[in-house]
Amino acid sequence: MPQVSLTVNGKQHTVEVEGRTLLVELLREKLRLTGTHVGCDTSQCGACVVHVDGESVKSCTTLAVMCDGAAVTTIEGLAKADGTLHPMQEAFREYHALQCGFCTPGMVMSAVDLVAKNPQGLSEKEIREGLEGNLCRCTGYHNIVKAIAAAQEVMHGRRETVAAAAE
Amino acid sequence: MNVVTPFEGIGASVRRKEDLRFLSGRGQYTDDINRPGQAHAYILRSPHAHARIKGVDTAAASAMPGVAAIYTSADLAAIGGIPCGWQIHNKDGTPMAEPKHPVLAEGKVRHVGDPVAVVVAETREQARDAAEHIHVDYEVLPASVTMTQAQAPGAPAVHDDNPSNLCYDWHIGDKAMTDAAFASAAHTVVFETTNNRLVPNAMEPRAAIGDYDTTTGEHTLFTTSQNPHVIRLLMGAFVLQIPESKLRVVAPDVGGGFGSKIYHYAEEAIVTWAAAKLGRPVKWTADRSESFMSDAHGRDHISRAELALDAEGKFLGLRVHTQANMGAYLSTFAPCVPTYLYATLLAGVYSTPAIYAEVKAVFTNTVPVDAYRGAGRPEATYLLERLVDVGAKQTGFDKLELRRRNFIPTDAFPYQTPVALQYDSGDYFSTLEQALETAGWATFEQRRAEAKARGRLRGIGISTYLEACGIAPSAVVGSLGARAGLYEVGTIRVHPTGSVTVLTGTHSHGQGHETTFAQLIADKLGVAIANVDIVHGDTAKIPFGMGTYGSRSLAVGGSAMDKAMDKIIAKGKRIAAHLMEASVEDVEFERGTFRVAGTDKTKSLTDISLAAYVPHNYPIDEIEPGLEETAFYDPKNFTYPGGCHIAEVEIEIETGIVSMVNFTAVDDVGRVINPMIVEGQVQGGVAQGIGQALLEGCVYDSHGQLISASMMDYTMPRADDLAPVSVATHTTLCTHNPLGVKGCGEVGAIGSPPAVINAVVDALRDHDISHVEMPATQEKIWSIIHGKR
Repeated sequence: MPQVSLTVNGKQHTVEVEGRTLLVELLREKLRLTGTHVGCDTSQCGACVVHVDGESVKSCTTLAVMCDGAAVTTIEGLAKADGTLHPMQEAFREYHALQCGFCTPGMVMSAVDLVAKNPQGLSEKEIREGLEGNLCRCTGYHNIVKAIAAAQEVMHGRRETVAAAAE
Repeated sequence: MNVVTPFEGIGASVRRKEDLRFLSGRGQYTDDINRPGQAHAYILRSPHAHARIKGVDTAAASAMPGVAAIYTSADLAAIGGIPCGWQIHNKDGTPMAEPKHPVLAEGKVRHVGDPVAVVVAETREQARDAAEHIHVDYEVLPASVTMTQAQAPGAPAVHDDNPSNLCYDWHIGDKAMTDAAFASAAHTVVFETTNNRLVPNAMEPRAAIGDYDTTTGEHTLFTTSQNPHVIRLLMGAFVLQIPESKLRVVAPDVGGGFGSKIYHYAEEAIVTWAAAKLGRPVKWTADRSESFMSDAHGRDHISRAELALDAEGKFLGLRVHTQANMGAYLSTFAPCVPTYLYATLLAGVYSTPAIYAEVKAVFTNTVPVDAYRGAGRPEATYLLERLVDVGAKQTGFDKLELRRRNFIPTDAFPYQTPVALQYDSGDYFSTLEQALETAGWATFEQRRAEAKARGRLRGIGISTYLEACGIAPSAVVGSLGARAGLYEVGTIRVHPTGSVTVLTGTHSHGQGHETTFAQLIADKLGVAIANVDIVHGDTAKIPFGMGTYGSRSLAVGGSAMDKAMDKIIAKGKRIAAHLMEASVEDVEFERGTFRVAGTDKTKSLTDISLAAYVPHNYPIDEIEPGLEETAFYDPKNFTYPGGCHIAEVEIEIETGIVSMVNFTAVDDVGRVINPMIVEGQVQGGVAQGIGQALLEGCVYDSHGQLISASMMDYTMPRADDLAPVSVATHTTLCTHNPLGVKGCGEVGAIGSPPAVINAVVDALRDHDISHVEMPATQEKIWSIIHGKR
């Protein structure tokens, strides 16, 4: 069986996988990082989004063997080691941008990448378009859009806290 | 430590207690659980809508790597079929047709996705690989795909012993009185429509893990359920004959449900049974394609409605004929959806004096249909609110004036409808006026003119709706055919140091119960919400319960907690009276403090709980130690949220694309505990309603093949399909539960679809159409605009 060596949330792992093993299966089944979810089988829902070498990818559509040597960040690795939440996580809580929580990890990881790639700031319309790859069935997205709008101000150093950004 | 800030109790937008774990990837959903030594099940499903199974050859598959066992219906001969929880009676008093719903198909498959065989193997991949080597010899039969086909003479019988394919032919209301109303009418309006079949698509696919302890004989089922006690009851008593004491059902975090995770499904019985058979845990997780063909679908009605009006526009009578698709088998609550959750709602917010409705439920070779967010009420609301708009156009009455003229007056409550329900409270005039104001109804024509200059057709639509939830008084539902009581159970456990654990039979699948319920405790007992833990979703921990659906958790489950808190306070007063050497009648309680009336003598709840668990100075001969109380609360009536939704859309003339540009919801959901959560529930419900109106539709081809079986083919709303929704509440209190609450989980999905379609039809007012069927897709709209329909 092929071996994959990769760094996940800063920790080095070497794992035996089948050729067909998906990155999400490696994360969930081999490393027991179950924060990354599988919501569909057609790469539509985005519940499985993680960062691979700084890019958001759908881990359900990525073969584990493609990630040999890669650095992967999952939702479990987003907060600081002392538990301090990432501004995006803070904003999702502050603006009630999650209900059942199932799409949330993928939604947060997508949003972090979307904001990071757009330091100039995103309009509401651009945020909505930027979420094209993620489905949420609970919230109607309204509060997710508000949370991302608030988080981008903090991520780019324009505001101190997500709550303040709301005012 | 037990200091409640004013911001934690009823009415505060407390940030959710559950969010930290969900945001950190620490939620625990069923598929996140793995049991030691577990095997994996794969379900082989029918690729045909209707076929006779002439043989199943598992020999080659059994020899595949990792295979532990393969089961077909022959192996399950000793276990029961999946029960239906509600029995409807026909017009003539005979019971509905109730065909057996086998766990694995017996002799015939009846819909694409019908389970045929189960492979259990060491890994999920091995189970799936082996299933590809099972040879099923099918004799494909013609299928009854649509309700029209199924009711045609000589139609293929879904169940061989029921050639009519009729499940029931039911009615409600006074036919003679309604016919008389039509005889005297100045205007008669007719509206015919199909309420599109929907696939719920909770983001978490269903999953189940069976586990069996050979030393104790105890079965455990982990499952994606909104109501673990109901699953224990149905599966234990009817399918597998396991006593409650030997069957634990755990539903951990549940990733959405919208009704689809109420029902007892075959896979739950399969893994529970197989785990005992094999002596090792067995896990099954649906992939999304399986969800599309095995989760119960929603809606799917064909209706004809007639409204009789007098010369002044007063509604005289309403006559409705509906056909409701049951699919191939009766899912748990399916029969009650198009009857007692639909036809009883046809009065809506109007004082129509005579209503008569007939409902025919039909079997077809499709996935079973059951309750999906709103369940019956969206179908009734859509029919009625489109009918009123069609009527306004036909008779020339203003659509707002026609509604106002027929609203149940605010001083007419309690109001008895002609279709069984008695509304306790409401104020439809105020929700209408507030919504009109917020939506800028009066200035719409300017926006329409401005849009036209940009090449867009702008429309505005309204829906004034009502629903019945908080399901429901046990005696009433029992008389209507429910095979269960619908009370709820709450236990309040005050620990020695004054922290509180609440056990509830309801189960959150996104609604934020851990926060809202903690606010109830904080408000009444004065315990900080950080010191209140809500426990749900485990039959081993919670005395009993009926679960979460029908917007019942707060109205019924919260009321049970309130009743249990009353018992805590009553006992606490007796203990406090002893400690303060006062008469119990003189002890008052408010938010954590027991006080001897008119004095400064007080004891905190913590003083009392400590005394209760360390009873050194305690009236031990009169009062038992401990401070824990359980209450069962049986609701006295349904609750009746209502309100007004207004949608504004724009249609791009060239493409026919409909864009939501504005949506206003003003809802009366009774007392609001957490405004942030209520707003979120309405936002989400409206999104699903807009999805039904504009995007979603489950499609079968003429052979019964499920065409819309993936998220690529079935269009759910994405962020850029929706516009901001303005949500407000206007409260009248529920008069019959202790909290005054009504329910907010479904109002969004109930009120919004007719508002959206009314807006689409309004946008197309210059085209000669009276109706657009849901979903109002780009193709339909383009065809209307460009004359290709």
